[in-house]
Amino acid sequence: MSEKKQKAGIFDIRFVIGGLLGVYGVILILLGLFNATDEELARGDGLNINLWGGLGMLAVAIAFGVWARLRPVVVPVEQEPVDQE
Amino acid sequence: MLRAADDTFRLNADFFDYTIIALYFAVVIGIGVLARRQVSSSLDFFLSGRSLPAWVTGLAFISANLGAVEIMGMSANGAEFGVATFHYFWIGAVPAMLFLGIVMMPFYYGSGVRSVPEFMRRRFGTGAHLVNALSFSIAQLLIAGINLYLLATIVNRLLGWPLWVSLIVAALVVLSYITLGGLSAAIYNEVLQFFVIVAALTPLTIIALHKVGGWQGIKDKVQPGPEQLSSWPGTDLTGIDNPLLSTIGIVFGLGFVLSFGYWTTNFVEVQRAMASDSLSSARRAPIIGAFPKMFIPFIVIIPGMAAAIIIPEISNLKSGQGDSGGATYNDAILLLMRDLLPNGMLGIAIAGLLASFMAGMAANISAFNTVFSYDLWQQYVQKDKPDGYYTGVGRIATVAATVIAIGTAYFASNYDNLMNYLQTLFGFFNAPLFATFILGMFWKRMTATAGWTGLVSGTAAAVAVAFLSEDAFGGASTGVLSLSGQGASFAAAGAAFVVDIVVSVVVTSMTKPRDPKELEGLVYSLTPKESLVDPDEGSLPWYQSPTKLAGIGLVLVIILNLLFR
Repeated sequence: MSEKKQKAGIFDIRFVIGGLLGVYGVILILLGLFNATDEELARGDGLNINLWGGLGMLAVAIAFGVWARLRPVVVPVEQEPVDQE
Repeated sequence: MLRAADDTFRLNADFFDYTIIALYFAVVIGIGVLARRQVSSSLDFFLSGRSLPAWVTGLAFISANLGAVEIMGMSANGAEFGVATFHYFWIGAVPAMLFLGIVMMPFYYGSGVRSVPEFMRRRFGTGAHLVNALSFSIAQLLIAGINLYLLATIVNRLLGWPLWVSLIVAALVVLSYITLGGLSAAIYNEVLQFFVIVAALTPLTIIALHKVGGWQGIKDKVQPGPEQLSSWPGTDLTGIDNPLLSTIGIVFGLGFVLSFGYWTTNFVEVQRAMASDSLSSARRAPIIGAFPKMFIPFIVIIPGMAAAIIIPEISNLKSGQGDSGGATYNDAILLLMRDLLPNGMLGIAIAGLLASFMAGMAANISAFNTVFSYDLWQQYVQKDKPDGYYTGVGRIATVAATVIAIGTAYFASNYDNLMNYLQTLFGFFNAPLFATFILGMFWKRMTATAGWTGLVSGTAAAVAVAFLSEDAFGGASTGVLSLSGQGASFAAAGAAFVVDIVVSVVVTSMTKPRDPKELEGLVYSLTPKESLVDPDEGSLPWYQSPTKLAGIGLVLVIILNLLFR
């Protein structure tokens, strides 16, 4: 194993979580803004849950992104994976 | 029989919901492919190369358990029994998780074993090891089947696919990411799943509470009355009429035997902590997991209680009057989703549920393949093969386990109360385990023979109590003891524990103890104290110190217990 180290970058699980929640957040915000029918709002007891839920997820996504930026995971660089089969 | 096969109701998912669900699956498979790049040895495949940070293993620790039991089963219990269901979290999980991190993890991680059964082998030799490894493997296949069955139920409800098609497709997804990425893929997906579940259940809880009129609304309208608002003595939950005995059942049966047996010896959970990057991380994993575990019931039990008020089918089922439309308590969450969520959020909720069941099954299978490969195949069948051979065995075991789980799924569908079924199983396999482990870790004289005889007789005692109860085995139970439901499980577990201890002590006094030199690192009094903690533990800040974190957790869980007494 070599001693060189590098940042995990995009493969950091925090970017994966943040990325998925961020995309979900944007989809929900758009649905909440442009696709909230009266019937749907009535089902949610008057709450526009898509909009608020989407905002919440976006906020969490940004928090993950910031965390992963500020405290990056440093992984030892492996030798190129050799396929033994 | 296969209740899910009839379409009592359908969730009306639209294009956006499917997009959200498809995105989730793309990421799940993507994680499997990415994790594949890191698998270069069997330790990578089975234990993630012991390289993960504590927050990842901590969340995976509870996510592995956040499958069918929690989401469907606990919301069902919430709808049926009310606040008493909190016991499963605050009495039946958190204390044991803290205990695992503080007391037992140093032995597991510090001794360098690769599985819980391997610890058993080092401490007690092959007798106890074989009992443990076999019973664990079989239990995992059964439980994987239950998770798979629930997963297929959701797909069936959602897409209208026949149950068997749903079963196979769901199984294939799980199979693909575990065979690719091994434990890392399973753990990363569990962490992701945790956040999707919370993102799905939190809005559902908020709407349900809003609709019912807040906590005050639940207080005013809960049926049949205010006894559903207090957790003690929980007579409805235990099925034991005497309040004192019911309390003892909860504290000793659930809180001590079942819970400690499950959380401290179940390799499904412990494996996650073992994948941590240091001893202090491994100790912190279950302790970090204990914090979300304290608050998950609020987004699982509370919606269940609300469902029993605002969902006509569940409310009719509970009062025994009117038409329940074939719904059961297990449908509480699904019915809430159908009635309350707009398209979009519905997709998140479906993705979350699918995630939860997949992760539950993936956890069972990734623990199974490790125990099968290291503890059964390597130990008893093919001893001295190169490392890569065992990774291959692990991949084949994963495929075989998935096929068996499909069969088990049909078996599991015969039991209509999933909770009882699972608790009965845990009583058999886990309750005597905790007794044997804790004696073995702290009593150096305990012999190898005592190890396996204690386990076997403890399990036999649990089976006997289950047969003597009214319904633990359905029609096969004789009803000699007037115990039913959860109470029977608690009693079976308690019997297993007591019998295990008694048999172990008696057998030890008649057999020859092992050479103390072989037990270093495995028994408390024979292990140098400094090898039970990380060298830098004293210099860690409070939020990284296992002991201080556990103290905070203990205080919090006591406060929660008092608030909802």
